[in-house]
Amino acid sequence: MTVAQRLLVLVGTRKGAFVLEPSTDRTTFAVNGPYCSGWPVQHMTLDPKDGALLAAAGSPWYGQAVWRSEDLGATWTHSSEGLTYGEDGPAMRAVWHVTPANGALYAGVEPAGLFRSDDGGRTWQHVKGLTEHPSRPGWAPGNGGLILHTILPHPADPQRMWVAISAVGCFATEDGGATWEARNKGVRTDFLPGPAPETGQCVHKMALATGDPERLYQQNHCGTYRSDDAGRTWICLDEGLPSTFGFPLVTSPVDGDTFFTVPLNGDDRGRFMPDGRMAVWRTTDRGATWHDLRNGLPQHDAYLGVLRDAMARDTLDPFGLYVGTSAGQLFTSADEGESWRLAVDFLPPISSVEAVLVDA
Amino acid sequence: MTEVVLPRSLAALFPGMPHRLTLDGEPATVGEVIAVLDARWPGVRDRLCEAGPTLRPFINVYVDGEPARFATAVPGGSTVHVLPAVAGG
Repeated sequence: MTVAQRLLVLVGTRKGAFVLEPSTDRTTFAVNGPYCSGWPVQHMTLDPKDGALLAAAGSPWYGQAVWRSEDLGATWTHSSEGLTYGEDGPAMRAVWHVTPANGALYAGVEPAGLFRSDDGGRTWQHVKGLTEHPSRPGWAPGNGGLILHTILPHPADPQRMWVAISAVGCFATEDGGATWEARNKGVRTDFLPGPAPETGQCVHKMALATGDPERLYQQNHCGTYRSDDAGRTWICLDEGLPSTFGFPLVTSPVDGDTFFTVPLNGDDRGRFMPDGRMAVWRTTDRGATWHDLRNGLPQHDAYLGVLRDAMARDTLDPFGLYVGTSAGQLFTSADEGESWRLAVDFLPPISSVEAVLVDA
Repeated sequence: MTEVVLPRSLAALFPGMPHRLTLDGEPATVGEVIAVLDARWPGVRDRLCEAGPTLRPFINVYVDGEPARFATAVPGGSTVHVLPAVAGG
């Protein structure tokens, strides 16, 4: 962080967006919001092109939209122009993710599809190549819906991108979105009989390893995985973790071998912290071994969940970690997960957390 | 003239939009009422309608107290209520 920048923590909740301003030592947080008229906000981010805040949202009454604030949350506009599959397509329900890439914005929506905006989110165009994939007729929703929730642009090659869809799996394009390839080999589908199909995997979150865009990590409904070949094959990393089930996954901003997950007790056992004891789990060797981080996290009666986008890290040194719970708490660490504190309580159920640097 | 009563939660999304207003002219259908609103506050149509166009599932419209759909006629002098359905949690 330069002198001219400051950190903001963007929190999307079931009842609106919040913008949190941390103290310099990242131990206390001023809460601003709720914004976006109390709409369910699935994800928030910063457009690095112009410093606007963006919120991916869907109202049960008023439908899907990407909200935009050019003054760090004080005022917001919303648009869904172009966010449609047209008269012959399925009705759109919500925007689940918004990600800047290559000077544009990409939005993942429900039902699953990818849209691109070249004007900061005011208008959108359907990236049809993905929904023209031959597997599309067989795409089925997970418990959260048929949602495109992860968009990973290649850091150097604008033609390459990965997306993740629940409960369909990982797809990759290497021609700028014209065509897509399903990349799920090695990922289990314990909820289906027989061998895993080409698609139908319930990916919960996916991330690129820092410094190595051929390596991806994945938290799935059925395990934690690593791919060393850009998603073509996946290796299970479950050994040493308390369960095979969790939602978020966050990588270190400095070490490609390090990432974090939050295992829950199981998909059919309540989906809360194992034994009611909250922990973030860290690997520093690409998933070969795991270590639980608990210092400062509640260790009894913590029947909490953490959703797929509700964990984030900043890019300061040492980097900070942020975990939002389904009960509205935000736990933060200013020392890469070694110690934690309850930073904010009593927010609505938290869907997403992002840490961004903005001009001061 | 047509009187239109809008949800406060919709009016909050569009600066300057009142909760209750009178439209000049004679929009002939619910869809035309929405088109008039959209011309004045761009984006209203997307908030109330899905592709089709059809009203969103949890948007209820009444013309003079009677349940209406997108294509329902709006006689001159009618009152059109737009109401959010009971939903959410």
